Amino acid sequence: MNDMTAVERAVDTKEIKIAANGVQVYYGDTHAIKDVDVKIEDKTVTAFIGPSGCGKSTFLRCLNRMNDTIDVCRVEGEILLDGENIYDPKVDPVQLRAKVGMVFQKPNPFPKSIYDNIAYGPRIHGLAKNKAELDEIVEKSLRRGAIWNEVKDRLQSPGTGLSGGQQQRLCIARAIATEPEVLLMDEPCSALDPIATAQVEELIDELRENYSVVIVTHSMQQAARVSQKTAFFHLGNLVEFGETGQIFTNPEDPRTESYITGRIG
Amino acid sequence: MTDQHIASAFDRDLEAIQARIMKMGGMVEAAIRNSALSLETRDEELAEQVRAGDKAIDGLEELINEETARLIALRAPTAIDLRLVLSVLKISSNLERIADYAKNIAKRTGVLSQMGPVNDSAAALRRMAREVELMLKNVLDAYIQRDAELANDVIQQDREVDQMYNALFREFLTFMMEDPRNITPCMHLHFIAKNIERMGDHATSIGEQVVYLVTGEYPDEARPKADTTSETAVLGS
Repeated sequence: MNDMTAVERAVDTKEIKIAANGVQVYYGDTHAIKDVDVKIEDKTVTAFIGPSGCGKSTFLRCLNRMNDTIDVCRVEGEILLDGENIYDPKVDPVQLRAKVGMVFQKPNPFPKSIYDNIAYGPRIHGLAKNKAELDEIVEKSLRRGAIWNEVKDRLQSPGTGLSGGQQQRLCIARAIATEPEVLLMDEPCSALDPIATAQVEELIDELRENYSVVIVTHSMQQAARVSQKTAFFHLGNLVEFGETGQIFTNPEDPRTESYITGRIG
Repeated sequence: MTDQHIASAFDRDLEAIQARIMKMGGMVEAAIRNSALSLETRDEELAEQVRAGDKAIDGLEELINEETARLIALRAPTAIDLRLVLSVLKISSNLERIADYAKNIAKRTGVLSQMGPVNDSAAALRRMAREVELMLKNVLDAYIQRDAELANDVIQQDREVDQMYNALFREFLTFMMEDPRNITPCMHLHFIAKNIERMGDHATSIGEQVVYLVTGEYPDEARPKADTTSETAVLGS
């Protein structure tokens, strides 16, 4: 699944895709994210782990301004995508979300055909000049989503008729159809069986060649399997951020150790 | 960090495996002590006991391997738990090797009992064995107490064992040159000294595992080496 050796992984340095500096998030009076600094590398899978309510999903949602839709939510600090602050008033959140795609916990295909599920984003962003180009984008996205062979003969059937694992891969294909630079995944496998999970994980590893992937997961084993960098959140703090192998063999912070080894912490 | 896992069965499994290591350690300490004692007192019965006891130690190592494999498969240990499991595997293999050396000493006791003693070398070997037994006891204490400092002391202690071996090596050479009738017993005695020296190396290796278990890193200094016999020669004669 990963052809890099541990040593290569350790010395491999990548460009910074997203840099978060002093990020604070409040839900009304609740201080949900406390002064988080993190640098997310390009062409790398970064896993966010931590107990429920630790803020990992909240932080993930800051990265494409999904929290804008929540009235009581307030974000402070800066988040730079390729050096540009995504919370700058000049930034259009819709354009931002085309660049920073998202996949959710439960597969949520549109109640449309498989074809239209994928074509939706490219259409509204005007990525295709004609039908032939759109067909090409749909095929390419479904291939990258590792689901082309399963659906190529029934592109006009409803996306909701697919199995859970297929739906999730369809949603991933949909997310990458707009050629995003970053893909955010919020527990993308928690509703899937082990086979579908393995397929999605294999897909994540392939996506790493072109994208920066950030995944929130409750499965420590999944974080260990798919990511090169791991961030551990606890009570709104980023406790530890480091190379995945190091986090899982010799974490620096005792809170990380307690959490990943399944101790009461 | 609290010591207990949320899954208490995980704690029970880990404790059970460590209890086996400690049991194995106790048996190996006795094997070292008895093999050296049987040599000094020419007690062939005790030597036979050591040889027979090795089977139980081998069996325990196999059991530890099986239980560890099972634990890895079922619990997917990480961090401190992972290091514990890895160290258990290596420590049990080190202990098994030490027991093999003790058994080898016991085997030679039979032959040596048929010959006259060579000076007081059996007593010197027993002192050396006692030193190694102490190293093993300390390193197992360090293991169970998660004491990297004590483990490092044991690693340093190996130097003394090496020096004792050097002294005996030269002594045996001298005895053999003095009287060719000493050659047979001295060859055996030399193997025994070498066996004890190797036991010290294994105790040192356990010490390194303890340091890794506690700190997550292997000790950076190379282990002290004071065995100079590979360059020792007696010229002339």
